[in-house]
Amino acid sequence: MTSLTGLTMAAALDGLAKKEFSSAELTAAYVKAMEQARHLNAYVTETPDQALAMAQASDARRAKGEAGAMDGVPLGVKDLYCTKGVLTTAGSHILDGFTPTYESTVTQKLWDAGAVMLGKTNLDEFAMGSANITSYYGKVESPWRKAGDNRPLVPGGSSGGSAAAVAAHAAIAATGTDTGGSIRQPAAYTGIVGLKPTYGRCSRWGIIAYASSLDQAGPMTRDVTDAAIMMGVMAGFDAKDSTSVDIAVPDYRAALEGSVKGLRVGIPKEYRVEGMPAEIEQQWQQGIEWLKAAGMEPVEVSLPHTQHALATYYIIAPAEASSNLARYDGVRYGLRVEGDSLDKLYENSRAAGFGAEVKLRVLIGTYVLSAGYYDAYYLKAQKIRTLIAEDFRKAYEQCDVILTPTSPSAAFAIGEKMDDPVAMYMQDVFTVPANLAGIPGLAVPAGLSADGLPLGLQVLGKAFDEETVLKVGRVIEKAAAFSARPSFLAGE
Amino acid sequence: MSMDKATVANIARLARLKLSDDELDLYARELSGIFGWIEQLQAVDTGDAEPMSSVVERLLPEREDVVTDGGIQEDVLANAPDAAHGYYVVPKVVE
Repeated sequence: MTSLTGLTMAAALDGLAKKEFSSAELTAAYVKAMEQARHLNAYVTETPDQALAMAQASDARRAKGEAGAMDGVPLGVKDLYCTKGVLTTAGSHILDGFTPTYESTVTQKLWDAGAVMLGKTNLDEFAMGSANITSYYGKVESPWRKAGDNRPLVPGGSSGGSAAAVAAHAAIAATGTDTGGSIRQPAAYTGIVGLKPTYGRCSRWGIIAYASSLDQAGPMTRDVTDAAIMMGVMAGFDAKDSTSVDIAVPDYRAALEGSVKGLRVGIPKEYRVEGMPAEIEQQWQQGIEWLKAAGMEPVEVSLPHTQHALATYYIIAPAEASSNLARYDGVRYGLRVEGDSLDKLYENSRAAGFGAEVKLRVLIGTYVLSAGYYDAYYLKAQKIRTLIAEDFRKAYEQCDVILTPTSPSAAFAIGEKMDDPVAMYMQDVFTVPANLAGIPGLAVPAGLSADGLPLGLQVLGKAFDEETVLKVGRVIEKAAAFSARPSFLAGE
Repeated sequence: MSMDKATVANIARLARLKLSDDELDLYARELSGIFGWIEQLQAVDTGDAEPMSSVVERLLPEREDVVTDGGIQEDVLANAPDAAHGYYVVPKVVE
């Protein structure tokens, strides 16, 4: 029999329903797995006592026949979600000791559905990064290694702790957030599934803001079915988030069963970026072949402005971040470094509390919003954003989904790409456009690089059409039959 | 585009970030690189495109203007580094 930590969420729910094991047993196995995986630094805070108490409550509900959609399933929660009574850090020194007195809407929905919290997962500071090396609580290691090379690899970012925990079987699944690729890119690097929903699909209330017009919460799971289950719980309108959209949440799991025959898959010709490794291109071609074999029709589409998406993102996201992060002033929460005046208190607290990448982005954002530069940078970027969204709208007149690689390379070693911020930013070249356009995107593991590392494919869809995205993702998953496992697995 | 230390120092002041001399050098270099790369956007013809501030294509929802929350002073102050008598404590602002 597979160990308890080897089960997918769907299999675990099945086993719980058949009383093959209890949530208390499942959760105890994960508490142990979390301990075994500590060298990965995937968790900032472990909450084993709370997990076991939640598991016992779950077993009691199930005994009464009142089990919810995710009852008894142990999860990691990205440490950007506010959790009542549990330290919430955003990976930043400036939130030292911050213990929310409220619960984020999305985590509340998960607990209402019966899920169990194992702990808070590590992340790039304020979700700013593509390698999970900027956290105040230390870098996260991927459980994967290149063949014949024992150097630690990055798990991707910013939801790197969630990705590493799920890949290493130190959580069944985890929540992530995605502002420019922070769910999809780490999912691709660690061989798991990650879904960034349509902007407005999940409530952002209680999730610490990075760039409010781009941030979305989403699931990071072992497979597409698990993503569909978890998405159904996380999604939904929330009066407390004025950008959350009041439309019905479909049955995503049921949607997986539908046929994809006759659907058109768009292949954007502009995505063949210079210097992209041949194996990424080959994986992409393989993906097109798999979808053709399932009866889908490939059509070439053009997204002419996506070549400017990354530069556009690096104006809009830092602009919003500089505004959102203005609240960290040493007065209302977290770290405080005294000064002779109120201004000095602000300056000292922010200097000590923010890390280098956060300072860099606050500086970029402040500059592009400052008098004399606003029109040239920020307004210009907002106009290009309109053109990027328009490109997708036109493309979707010709196709139902779009297929791209998830990232332009496999995971790299910790320490690489650190001298040049732009080289690091390039990791998000395929994921950023979906955030700017607000559309859903799914990362699915599809194969291995020559070095034995996971490579992902990305399925982009129309706004609020996560059903088709998941259905197509499931076709890729079945065809790829991705069964490779990382060098380290907890619980085995 | 090249950004000098004086410009970085000015932005840092606007952002209420105290930066050391070494940091000013570092960020002048990194920001010059980033803005050199961002410069590509100036060549994009945006025609009469409207600036986009949100992808949600609907008006912000409205609700009755009534109190929906409150009476949680303790919660609000719970995470303050310094609080007294129901207020945040800050250095003296008015002489």
